[in-house]
Amino acid sequence: MTTVLEPISQPEPPAPAVSPPGRRAGRGGAVALRSTGLLALAGVVATVWLGLWVTPKAKGFGDLVRLLYIHPPMAWVAFLAYGVATLASLLYLWPRTRHPRFDRLAGASAETGVVFTGLTLVTGSIWGRPSWGVWWTWDPLLTTTALLFVLYLGYLALRRVPGDAATVARRAAIASLIAFLDVPIVYFSVSWWRSLHQPPTVDLTGRHLYVHGSMAWTLLLGFVSFTLAYAWLVGHRCRLSVLREREASEGLAAALEERRLEGAP
Amino acid sequence: MGPIHMASAVSLRQAVALAGHFPLLTGVTLDVAEGEIVHLQGPNGAGKSSLLRLCSGLVALASGEATVLGHDLASDRRGVRRDVGLLGHASFLYDDLTSTENVRFALRAAGLSGREAGVRAGGALERLGITGRLATTQVAKLSAGQRRRVSIAVLLGRQPRLWLLDEPHAGLDQASRDLLDGIIAESREAGSTIVFASHELARASGMADRAVRLAGGRVETEPVVVA
Amino acid sequence: MRDAVLVCGKDLRIEIRSRVAVNQVVPFALAVVLLFGLALGPDRRVLAPASAGLFWVAVLLSTVLTVQRSFAVESADEAREGLRLSGLDPAGVFLGKAGAVLAELLVLEVVLSAGIALLYGARLAGFGMLAGSAVLGSIGLAAVGMLYGAVASGLRVRETLLPLLFLPVAAPVLLAATKCWNLALAGTPSHAEGWLSLLAVFAVLYVTIGTVSFGPLLEDR
Repeated sequence: MTTVLEPISQPEPPAPAVSPPGRRAGRGGAVALRSTGLLALAGVVATVWLGLWVTPKAKGFGDLVRLLYIHPPMAWVAFLAYGVATLASLLYLWPRTRHPRFDRLAGASAETGVVFTGLTLVTGSIWGRPSWGVWWTWDPLLTTTALLFVLYLGYLALRRVPGDAATVARRAAIASLIAFLDVPIVYFSVSWWRSLHQPPTVDLTGRHLYVHGSMAWTLLLGFVSFTLAYAWLVGHRCRLSVLREREASEGLAAALEERRLEGAP
Repeated sequence: MGPIHMASAVSLRQAVALAGHFPLLTGVTLDVAEGEIVHLQGPNGAGKSSLLRLCSGLVALASGEATVLGHDLASDRRGVRRDVGLLGHASFLYDDLTSTENVRFALRAAGLSGREAGVRAGGALERLGITGRLATTQVAKLSAGQRRRVSIAVLLGRQPRLWLLDEPHAGLDQASRDLLDGIIAESREAGSTIVFASHELARASGMADRAVRLAGGRVETEPVVVA
Repeated sequence: MRDAVLVCGKDLRIEIRSRVAVNQVVPFALAVVLLFGLALGPDRRVLAPASAGLFWVAVLLSTVLTVQRSFAVESADEAREGLRLSGLDPAGVFLGKAGAVLAELLVLEVVLSAGIALLYGARLAGFGMLAGSAVLGSIGLAAVGMLYGAVASGLRVRETLLPLLFLPVAAPVLLAATKCWNLALAGTPSHAEGWLSLLAVFAVLYVTIGTVSFGPLLEDR
């Protein structure tokens, strides 16, 4: 590779600034987000109202069945959030689709997911207590959810570590993939472990419940509205990340200029 | 005198490097031809170490262009490292291993066979005056100057095409400094390119073909030093 | 691969010189076993059935320490950057270091088995299953440990982050290995074959992931 060596006489052209991150969230995006939020709010309120007052008690469960309308939806969102976070991490790592937006999505989804996972554990515990007599039993789903909770917390702790942002983002993405592969292994091993002792006494997934009529509609509404709530929370969290990064990159441009001036007499 | 066509060892255009949000290099434009010895000067914090680390493939390129020994630093940092030898502030040695074991490991890691690594390691260490008891002492027990000499022995054994030296004379006594200068001159004879950062202006101007002054993370001027 | 053997040998040689695993990690594991004994009471009827589980908990905790040490060796005087500069293949570095961790874990486990036999009155039997599950489980632990060690390496809060990341993911190994050991000690090792295959799947999965992702993890400091 040859290059021509000339005496350097002309001054250096101004160095390019490192480009700031974050695309503009268009007007359309903001409107979509707001309508999602409103729909979610309406849905959740409706679910609660229907669940508490309109739907009947179930045989053998009594009033406890009302948790049906929020516990499975929460569990679904917890796992969905985790799936989305892992998928976003995968996209972030893949060279062709490497874009900071996926890292933001992964983080936002994980933060939302940890909240829902916590709620799932609490509602699951409450639901099971009357039948089990204790607040906790090593039910495979509940145990896997507890593990998911701890995995989330570890992932979030990793994201918050001080250090080079790109490095941390990449490591967090890899960590989430490693953990994701572990979740089915944990579920499988715990359920196998439990099946050796006795079959689960209470089926938390409500499979044995005969869900019909208004119960079915309310349950469906619960799923839909919690999913919308998740989408709304994630959307807002992503916007917050964009704003934060924009602020940091403006700081970077200033830092570059300041450093260059160090050299000037 | 018209333009000279020479093989380029290092070619940087507006290279920017960051450590998180802290700018290390703010737009370096530099050309080093193969076989040249270039001296980097500048005040503390000017970016001399960062520039050396960028060229060794340790630090990522944030923007701009950079080609070292034919490797594009934006895409092939690992390839660069095989052809480049960095002598940094830290010694990159394992405390619990002896000098000989450290050099042998570094050479074998660079691809030499066990036997050849052993031979070259012995030769290099001998050249640097690390023999006998010193060679079989754990590195942790050596003085800073001796550790530096062991690190130099690693470079001597590897014979990379590009030598990047960060304050190479620091911590060495007079005899060792002269020895190092001799080694540098020989390596250039053998075709290597050497870029070094040093505050020792007198010694450096004796050795280098030209000097490049860095300030504020980029090249300030390129005075031509008549060697 | 050649680089792996080189790195493994280097790590083990450093261990032989510095004797950190022998002087610190093994006593730590023994202390854990002792403390469990104190916590659960002197009645052997309680301790003996629990000995397999407690053994593996002690091994898991010791893995964290061993992995920390493996990375600390590289960080002393910035040798980690030296590893990147050396031109070694990162996959080889992963396998080599994980191999060294594995060797140290196996030595630890031998000592610890004697410990539980002594302290908890566990009667060791079914050595084939004990050894087989210990080896497979330890491979999985070493691989995941190295992987998370790389994820946490170079970050300032590494010491507290690594256990938090590692322990939940290692939970299936704890479960399966304890089952294998319980069944072996109870005299029915053949029932543990399913659990053994779980350990094998885990080991293969994470050795593969580690080999592939160690390189990207070491980059960008």
